[in-house]
Formats: sequence, structure tokens, C-alpha cells
Amino acid sequence: MGGTPTDLKLIDENGRRLDGRLPDEMRPLRIEAGVLKRADGSAYVEWGNNKVLAAVYGPRECHPRHAQNPTRALVQCHYNMAAFSVDDRKRPGPDRRSQEISKIISEALTHVVFTEYFPRASIDVYIEVLQANAGTRCAGLTAASVALADAGIPMRDMVASCAAGKVANTVVLDLGKEEDNFGQADIPVGYVPRTDEIVLLQMDGDLTLDEYKKGLTMAVEACKNIHEIQRDALRRRYQAKSMEVPIVEPAPAQQEGA
Amino acid sequence: MMQSSDSKETAREIVAPGDLLDDTGKEPGPGTYAEGKKIFAAQLGIKTVRSNVVGVVPLAGRYIPARGDLVIGKIVDMSASSWLVDINAPWPSPLHVNEVPWRVEFGETKKFMTTGDVLLLTVLGFDEYMRISVSMKDHGLRKLTGGMILEVSPSKVPRLIGKNGSMIQMLKNMTGCRIYVGQNGRIWIDGELDSITKAVSAIKLIEDEAHNLGLTEKVKKLLEGHSSQGA
Repeated sequence: MGGTPTDLKLIDENGRRLDGRLPDEMRPLRIEAGVLKRADGSAYVEWGNNKVLAAVYGPRECHPRHAQNPTRALVQCHYNMAAFSVDDRKRPGPDRRSQEISKIISEALTHVVFTEYFPRASIDVYIEVLQANAGTRCAGLTAASVALADAGIPMRDMVASCAAGKVANTVVLDLGKEEDNFGQADIPVGYVPRTDEIVLLQMDGDLTLDEYKKGLTMAVEACKNIHEIQRDALRRRYQAKSMEVPIVEPAPAQQEGA
Repeated sequence: MMQSSDSKETAREIVAPGDLLDDTGKEPGPGTYAEGKKIFAAQLGIKTVRSNVVGVVPLAGRYIPARGDLVIGKIVDMSASSWLVDINAPWPSPLHVNEVPWRVEFGETKKFMTTGDVLLLTVLGFDEYMRISVSMKDHGLRKLTGGMILEVSPSKVPRLIGKNGSMIQMLKNMTGCRIYVGQNGRIWIDGELDSITKAVSAIKLIEDEAHNLGLTEKVKKLLEGHSSQGA
């Protein structure tokens, strides 16, 4: 591959990767549900050096009106990277990449949400990447699923997502930034554990069929673990709540009245 | 985590969408979906088993209208023959002139109620496209004046009302406030400023701890504490 610095060894003699992981090891993942007060549902994901925030509004009235579906709700996802999320400042605003990611995440989530319960409505998902380190679409989709569940939206299951890829001729799980930049392939996978369905699958790079199958199996197995972490995050939100420090609110004034 | 699947509400088991709730051939209740004999949770909530029905009581979520619900709505727009009312649902709900207790001539809606007015309404129904209709033509339904409006998550409303209205009755008795609770999570309170403050803090407590046991006692303590401090 073109830009590989010759001195960068993505996998060392012991089979360890740059950050010391084995090929089938995932970066540490931490999920927090219900972090935003104003949104109907939210989640924060720290996945290695990725920091992703997801917020859900809705179901609510769909705007623009012509986009409404008279029989189903629309799941509209907006993926955005913060200007400070990457080394060189990211030019703010939608670009082709974020439009693509918004589209595929919307489609993955539409598949699990009971959209038929909310005709004409729209469920808006906002994904903000605060810090990027490869695999943000997987982190975004993982966070968005938790945020949707946290918003109380009826869905068949939560989507878990993880990438596999090929680095230094080895199939590895959950690529880091250097591995993504200088590796040979990357396959993000969105997976629904309960029904054993794949709702997101992309491939960037070249793989043999065997390598692809191996990578996919690895990613799917990782998704099953991620799904447990997602469920745990939701359960923790309500178990820990009684121990939370109460927020001191100003005395209610009368201006809210009719 | 599934040790107490047969006992009734021994522990409050929190379930996430996709969790298997039952595979012994029970009926799927609200907040669930079935595939064959298996019942899965469709929503984040607390699993409940009542005789033959497995359901999920949601912990979060928007207000989804149901026929006959008492709701508190706010007028957001007017047309010649109806008012458009925001009842906190994902869909707009028009209040037609035929559904108010007065005879309103075409184009005279503005003379009766205008934008910003708060109304106590009932949900008449909706069609398959979720076109909602609401009514103000029943006993006790009216325009609300004075007082204040509080919003809580609609999923907490059953807890706020309590079994047969026990919780809300206690709140009314102990604070002396006039309170209306809409199924859409809007609450109208009127009374002395002190007692409103008391009621509001009690409602906040109920909202925060709706999923915990022993809530009635806590609320009672809070209300008693307030009254002794105030004296």
C-alpha cells in the first residue's frame, strides 16, 4: 500500500499490534446512557480514543413535510465530526463522507425500530464525534442504538457495531488509527444479535474470500460482546440513579403558568 | 439474571429492547413483541408478569395518545373551524369547533380561545395515519386559567397518579393544591405559592424515583418535612 512508512511495524514479532493488542482483541469500550437532559434519549461512547455522543429526539413531527411517510416513521440520522475531532482541523459542515455515514446508519437503525407505530413521524438521531480514532461509524451506530433505547423507542433489538480488517497480512479486529491508515482493508459491521442479522456492511480495501469470512466472524463475535455492554449501560442508568447527587433547581417561579 | 422469572414482581427487572422475556407460551402485552412462542422486550422498561400476560412498563418515551386519555394541551394555531393543539404527541391534534361546549360560527374561533391558551381535553381517537382528534365537550373539560404547568415524562404519569389515584390524592390532600394530571405528562397546579412549591418538589421526586419501591413513603416524608419547616 502506498503511504506506509517503512519503519512502521503494525504487528511485531510476538503478534502484538501497535497498542499491544492481539489480532482478535477489541479496544476498551465504555458506554454511558442518558447523559443529556434536553434530548429524549442519549448515549456517550468511549471506544479506545474515540469519543462519540449520540442524542435522539422523537418520534416527533416530520419536517420537511414532503419527506413524511404516511405509514411509517422516518429514522433520520445526522452524523457530524467536531472540528477538533481530528489532528488537522476538520472543516465543519456536512461533506460526502458524513452524508454517507448518516445514510447507512439511518438504514441500519430503520431496520430495528418499529417504524410502523409512528406513521408520518420522524425519529431524529444526532451523532457527534468529539474525538476520532478510526471506527467512528461503528462507535456512532453503537451509541445511537443505546440512545434510541434510552429514548424509549420501541425496537426489535439494539444494533451493535464493530469493524474488522487486514493489517500486515493479518486479519485483525477493531482497527486503530494507524492500522486504518496504513492497513490493507477495513470492514465495518452492524449486527443485530437477537435475529443474527447484518444491517451494515462495508468494505474498504482488498481481501480474499477466506480473509473476509474470518474478519466478518470476528466482528460478529465482537458485536455480541458490545451488545452486552450496551444492555449493561441502560440497566446501570436506572440502578445508579437513586445514588445520584440531586441537582439543585431554582425555586419554581410562576411565569410558566397559563 | 433470570432467577425470578416465575415469581410476580419480586424484583424490578430492567429489560432492554430485544431481551427475551418469556418462552413458555404466555401472551405478549404492551411494550413487547412476539415471534412464535417467544416474547421479547420492545422497549426499555420494567418487566411485568400478570397472570398470562408478559409486558414491559416503559421507563422513557414520548406520549402516544390513546382513546379517552385526559390530556393538557396548548393552542399553537387557529383556523376558521378549529384550533390546533399541542398535546405533546408526535402528531398535531386539531380541536374542531364541534368539540367545544359553545356554538362557534365559522371564522370566529379567535373570539373563544387563542394561541397560548391551555386546555383540559380528552382524546377522542385517531385513525391509521395517526390523525388525532381531541374534544373539550365532556364533564370538567375546560380552558385552564391561572396556576402553573409542569411537564414530566409521560412514562412516569401512572406512578404519579398511583393505584386508584392514591398518590395524586395524597398530594392534593397534603398540599391543598388543585392538580390536574394529563396522560401526556403535563400537570396543572394551582393554589398557594408555598403549597405549589411543595407539590412541585414532590412531583420532581416521583419523577426521579418512579422506578424505585417505597415511593409513597418517601413522598409522604417530603411533604411532612416541608410543612414542619414552613411552620
